[in-house]
Amino acid sequence: MSKKNSEFSVVGKRIPKLDAAQKAMGRAEYIQDIKVPGMLYGRILYSKYASAKIIKIDISKAVALPGVHTVLPGEDVPEKMKMGFYKDNPPIKKDKVCSFRDEVAAVAAINPEIAKKALDLIEIEYEEQIGIFDPEKAMEKDAPLVHEHTKSNVLKLPWNIHYGDVDKGEKESAFVVEDRFTTTGVTHCCMGTSGALALFDATENLTVYTNTQIPSLAQKDFLETLKVLGLKNKRVRVIKPIIGGGFGSKLDTYAYEHVAILLAYKCRKPVKIVFDRVEEFKATSTRQPTVTYIKQGCDKNGKLTFRDIRMVLDNGAYTSWGATTPTVMMMPISSLYRVKNVRYDAKCVYTNNTYSQAMRGYGNPQATFAIESNIDMLAEEAGIDPIEFRRINQNVPNETTPQDFKITTCGLAECINEVEKELKSGTAKEKGVGVGMASLIHVGGGARIYKSDGCGAILKMDDYGKVDIFTGGTDMGQGMDNITAQIVAEELGLSAEDINVVHTDTDICPWDVGAHASRSTFVAGNAALGAAKKVKQKIQEFASKFFDVPAKEIQFKDKLVFVPGDQEKSMPIDKLLRKAHFSQNGTMLMADYFYDPDNESFRKDFKCNLSATYTFGVHGVKVKVDEETGKVEVLDYIAAHDVGQAINPLLLEGQVYGGVLMGLGYALTEEVVQKNGENMNANFRDYKLFTAKDAVNIKAPVFETADEAGPFGAKGIGEPGCVPTAPAVANAVYDAVGVRIKDLPITPEKVLAALKEKNG
Amino acid sequence: MEKIQITLNINDKLCEVMVYHNDTLLEVLRDELDLTGSKESCGEGVCGSCTIHMDGKPVRSCLTLAMEAVGTKIRTVEGLANGDELSDLQQSFIDHGAVQCGFCTSGMLMSADALLKNNPKPDEKTVRKALGGNICRCTGYAKIVEAVAHACNPQDDCPDCKTDSKVRE
Repeated sequence: MSKKNSEFSVVGKRIPKLDAAQKAMGRAEYIQDIKVPGMLYGRILYSKYASAKIIKIDISKAVALPGVHTVLPGEDVPEKMKMGFYKDNPPIKKDKVCSFRDEVAAVAAINPEIAKKALDLIEIEYEEQIGIFDPEKAMEKDAPLVHEHTKSNVLKLPWNIHYGDVDKGEKESAFVVEDRFTTTGVTHCCMGTSGALALFDATENLTVYTNTQIPSLAQKDFLETLKVLGLKNKRVRVIKPIIGGGFGSKLDTYAYEHVAILLAYKCRKPVKIVFDRVEEFKATSTRQPTVTYIKQGCDKNGKLTFRDIRMVLDNGAYTSWGATTPTVMMMPISSLYRVKNVRYDAKCVYTNNTYSQAMRGYGNPQATFAIESNIDMLAEEAGIDPIEFRRINQNVPNETTPQDFKITTCGLAECINEVEKELKSGTAKEKGVGVGMASLIHVGGGARIYKSDGCGAILKMDDYGKVDIFTGGTDMGQGMDNITAQIVAEELGLSAEDINVVHTDTDICPWDVGAHASRSTFVAGNAALGAAKKVKQKIQEFASKFFDVPAKEIQFKDKLVFVPGDQEKSMPIDKLLRKAHFSQNGTMLMADYFYDPDNESFRKDFKCNLSATYTFGVHGVKVKVDEETGKVEVLDYIAAHDVGQAINPLLLEGQVYGGVLMGLGYALTEEVVQKNGENMNANFRDYKLFTAKDAVNIKAPVFETADEAGPFGAKGIGEPGCVPTAPAVANAVYDAVGVRIKDLPITPEKVLAALKEKNG
Repeated sequence: MEKIQITLNINDKLCEVMVYHNDTLLEVLRDELDLTGSKESCGEGVCGSCTIHMDGKPVRSCLTLAMEAVGTKIRTVEGLANGDELSDLQQSFIDHGAVQCGFCTSGMLMSADALLKNNPKPDEKTVRKALGGNICRCTGYAKIVEAVAHACNPQDDCPDCKTDSKVRE
């Protein structure tokens, strides 16, 4: 433990999650648990085809069913209502469906059973059309168009970079390796399914209870919906119940939220829509499936000379934020390891598959899979040990990358050393056992993907020395609440339980761009710290009158306000606060702070310092491959990260363990199987998640590089756990049995087929 | 279809409730009795989020009819604590960081509680087997397994066990 770490009172401590007790008692309220008087149950009808024209819709039987309040076909939805990053997705489709997930009607009824029955009574006549499901085929000239008004299925997005001179770099290479890698759609599998409850008050102001990671942006989307309904100058209040898992799934607003609003408006009653598990699988988004063509080279000493990547992304039928993931993919492509010449070109392509979205890592896992698998191949070609190869090319502190990322602190070298120690320990190589590694770079100091990367905080103190902090940040189980509390407590000399973190309601919480990009610890943490510092200063100024010393000499610890070295000048903070409140010309101890990190938006060439600091890590894995069955067993796993400073090691480990297991699912078992656009495994039996029985021994050492920009030195760590997992496993499988699996997930079938091909 | 009145023994209290014969126990607990601690995540007995105890044995309340529960003793997550005093297992979940989003927590607790009643000092493998039917997406299971293994058997070398207290029996 560093000296600085031991000086902290609250930061760096393993303080259990603040809401753990209410969750362990079954008292936490999720969207599933919320009921309001007069509430109706909404339900959505989905398309029967991946691509079809809607010829006719007859809702009369559904409308006539007792208990049904309203039926909403696409034609009743205002034309202007569109969702997503591209605004190409109406919440209910009128003339045409482009995927099985397309909403074609909705109902509101007095209970969920009647709502379900009503859907069965809606008659729709379709005229099926030819769909297109392979993104590479969808790029061909004569491919059927997913949206007829577009000239091509390729989205007009500017995702390409070229820094240095890749062709020159290739010419100067002693070794060059190229290949094709693919990743499939996986999905978040939040245990709490999606849901929203919409209600209007008597003056047509709207309240939406919803599982969102973007309360302030959702508020904006819902205001747009009100505007389209002709409701101008109305208020929208977004309330987040306890969220049953996020992982990026809730970074957009979705049809179910807008449909709940439409139904509530039409019925003049509160309407709640909650997905069942099948719907959760079929009507929420996947991570972007990708096809990656990668070529990398190095000189005879193993120094990287160039990296050239071309990628095709399956966008699905509509465009949500998933289409912007190439901007994050650029990060590992330009900046993982030191490589001067880099080129990247990404095409997002419409298909009749389900549309893709953000998911933990936001494109980074796909790009890192190709890069780090290919790095191992290049190291082998150059005859250099893969660990040594990475050391030759490792990122170092205080260096600017070709994309203009300013790397300040960087513990990649320490992480490589730690993983090497682990992988090289143990017994001699057994048959079928192998080790692999992969590194990561990720944004650790926010990411300016919107014009602002800000988060607000309002802090007030009461008569009892307790704090209420209203933050724009969002907790979805990851621990934003603890991080905020621990940071504030540290600054004000209090304990974490003295801090009440309020983050659930846009009526009282300040603005924030959302819980994405591993930014909550860094950005919401700095916002809380800024507010705490302001209040601290106010208290110091107030106390300086009592103690008759300059304000800056006054310190805070163990709930006391005191002047060091003078025992007379010390007072419990609650007593001092009461004096501030209960006096003539009293003062209120309250402060607000808006923190917007010192990072930059992409310029035209995509160069910028995207994040105020970067998180690094290296994962190492030991696997055993059964050559009879092709099954890959994970024996040991180490995930070493440079986290700046662990604000709460207990919760940090939770993020890493959870991320790694999600990454192992991505590597080995998980896949949304779509057959001609139809989800074929929409349940937990056929969509294979790891369970407690699949014991994986994970070590999660952290390196604390104390980043100056972070709150008490911290960097973000929400996503990195699942970033380099798949390539580490693929590299270990190759080390174990000599076959390289280039298509995720690494299933026994693929391993067996590869072994068969290798052995002839 | 007519509703009928049944009496259920839930967390040592008798509850009279009107049900349809095909209502699941989970529906009745959540919708009729407002015991929303038991969660529905898959609705088909795969994820374990709705696990409760029937006569001390863990069962999936989403696959159990309310009628089947007549004459049995039901315990839900709301009945694990003694008033506001948490059980050792609940406290262990909290202390070991076994709770993140919390949606799987009540089911995990009920599966684990049933295990500990028979085997207060289970080894890791036994815990993993007992929790094999409960899905969690947040934690990677490590901390849950640790919380269960250490609940009644605190370990000196565990930073999250409260070993200053006596070994809990």
